[in-house]
Amino acid sequence: MASSEKYAPPAPPSDTVAALLAFTVLAVLIMPMLDVFGAIDHFTLNLWGKYLCYALLALSVNVLWGGTGLLSLGQGLFFALGGYMHGMYLMRMIGDQGQYHKPIPDFLVFLGWTDLPGFWKPFENFSFAILMAFLLPGIIAGIFGWLAFRSRIKGVYFSILTQALTYAGALIFFRNNTLMGGNNGFTDFKAELGFSLREPATQRGLFIATAVMLIGVVIFLRWLEGTKFGLVQRAIRDGENRTLFSGYATPAFKLFLFVLAALIAAIGGALYVPQVGIINPSDMTPEKSLEAIVWVAVGGRGTLLGPILGAVFVNMLKSYATRAIPDLWLILLGGLFLLVVLFLPGGLVSLPEKLRGLWQRFRPTPTPAPAA
Amino acid sequence: MAHPLLTVEDVSKTYDGFKAISNLNFYLFEGELRTVIGPNGAGKSTFFDLLTGRTQPDKGKIEFGTDPADTYDLTKLDEVAINRLGIGRKFQTPSVYAEHTVRENIILSLRGTRGVFASLFHRLNSTDTDRIDELLKLIRLEAKGEWKAGLLAHGEKQWLEIGMLLAQEPRVLLVDEPAAGMTDEETHRTGELLLSLAGKHSLVVVEHDMAFVKQIAANGRVTVLHQGALLCEGKFDDVQADTRVREVYLGRGKHGTR
Repeated sequence: MASSEKYAPPAPPSDTVAALLAFTVLAVLIMPMLDVFGAIDHFTLNLWGKYLCYALLALSVNVLWGGTGLLSLGQGLFFALGGYMHGMYLMRMIGDQGQYHKPIPDFLVFLGWTDLPGFWKPFENFSFAILMAFLLPGIIAGIFGWLAFRSRIKGVYFSILTQALTYAGALIFFRNNTLMGGNNGFTDFKAELGFSLREPATQRGLFIATAVMLIGVVIFLRWLEGTKFGLVQRAIRDGENRTLFSGYATPAFKLFLFVLAALIAAIGGALYVPQVGIINPSDMTPEKSLEAIVWVAVGGRGTLLGPILGAVFVNMLKSYATRAIPDLWLILLGGLFLLVVLFLPGGLVSLPEKLRGLWQRFRPTPTPAPAA
Repeated sequence: MAHPLLTVEDVSKTYDGFKAISNLNFYLFEGELRTVIGPNGAGKSTFFDLLTGRTQPDKGKIEFGTDPADTYDLTKLDEVAINRLGIGRKFQTPSVYAEHTVRENIILSLRGTRGVFASLFHRLNSTDTDRIDELLKLIRLEAKGEWKAGLLAHGEKQWLEIGMLLAQEPRVLLVDEPAAGMTDEETHRTGELLLSLAGKHSLVVVEHDMAFVKQIAANGRVTVLHQGALLCEGKFDDVQADTRVREVYLGRGKHGTR
């Protein structure tokens, strides 16, 4: 074991490390400081907290789509489930301060309940709720993935099934009898761990927590890329048959990745709910999951930075456009997707290189390019 | 005579009424290099699919192992399990991981770690790196170890896939058209490589190029498939002289069926 060799990661690591460092400083230190000193308003910081939650959803999509070639159109389900599980705790923390001033959530009063349903009781415990925010999405992804991958469901069939899965989730949560708030979902949260959610300091804390989780996930995924597992993952993407006939049980690898992706989405969802203040079944509709596909495509599929950039960029655009030109937003989104697919298949992350190429081509004096 | 390593007896396989393989018998002995020829549609690919667990026969027996008391029924195992028993397959169109480097292609094929969790914490040791270097040298790609495999020439991809097969250290190598797309010189070198592997490994080579078949079948036996059935089997010269073979394949004789 004298010389041990690491597996070469696909992208030059220095770039990612530098980008990661810059992002860490920006998100964990500078933005919260600007908020403290009033340079940006609380609303902006809160909005960025939401973008970072979406970035986690985008990373979840990318683990499967970019890294393994599995296009899941149902990652929104796991995001929403993570959100709902944390939301149950937040609903219990409302106490009797709801509209009806009863010790149970308003929607239950409205449905004629006087006592709390049994399955709600343990969610008064924060740790239990967070545990469930991981367990439920993880178990559902595990069961679905096990069934799908052992039956060798691939390509477009896998995509359709994942879409059906999230749609089924939406239908279940839309029902009032599911006792999860039905159509309206959960909202009107008051406090998290005793801190008022209306306090800027609480929101700041949540923002920092989101940034830290995002950085943690990126570091983990970066590590994963450099292991033999990462090598196998990309091999499955580029030649599943070869992998299978080389003795790798590809269904087991895909199942691991599907569960991992579900957990990443669930982290995003769990952090989203207290910052955005609402979760409802529309977050489980296939349209939401499809939006996340657009973020990844726009940012740059198959990279770590791309999905984050895409999620932030597209959602900033959305925040602006849905106020300025609400009727045109969907056309804009569709147009953006087409533009990227046609002219920038590598996404935003490939833009600098693309521009450099154009610059070289149109420069007046054709001197040989210096080594980049 | 010794017990065969691969025993295929009375095997049939039908796809939508089309008999891809019918009542085939085939025995491969340890250390043998067997060449399989036959016109397109003779069932060569289906034959490999059956041996590697891609598909299961409608009837018949496929067993692996030289000890009659301890053989594996390959019709009950999937691709992964059969590969792990020591049966490696090279596909007709070179099948390498295009986005991985040549070196990584070999790493992925090295015998050893195959599990999900084991692969998370796996590290190459110096024996592994020596083995990789040795294989790269054997397949003449030592200078291109850091190249993306997708950038290699067709013939080089074929060699890389052979290297990937050898990295698995299989007992049986199933090699589908290794010389396709190669120059005459490359073809000849491929033949020499395969010949050097016989003895240590057992090989089944499917090929169309007759000059190449003549080269690799110099000491071994040739099996001729036709319409999913065994047409004849024997030494290259005998097979070449066989009138039935000439009719269906070699000379495309006057009674040709196609």
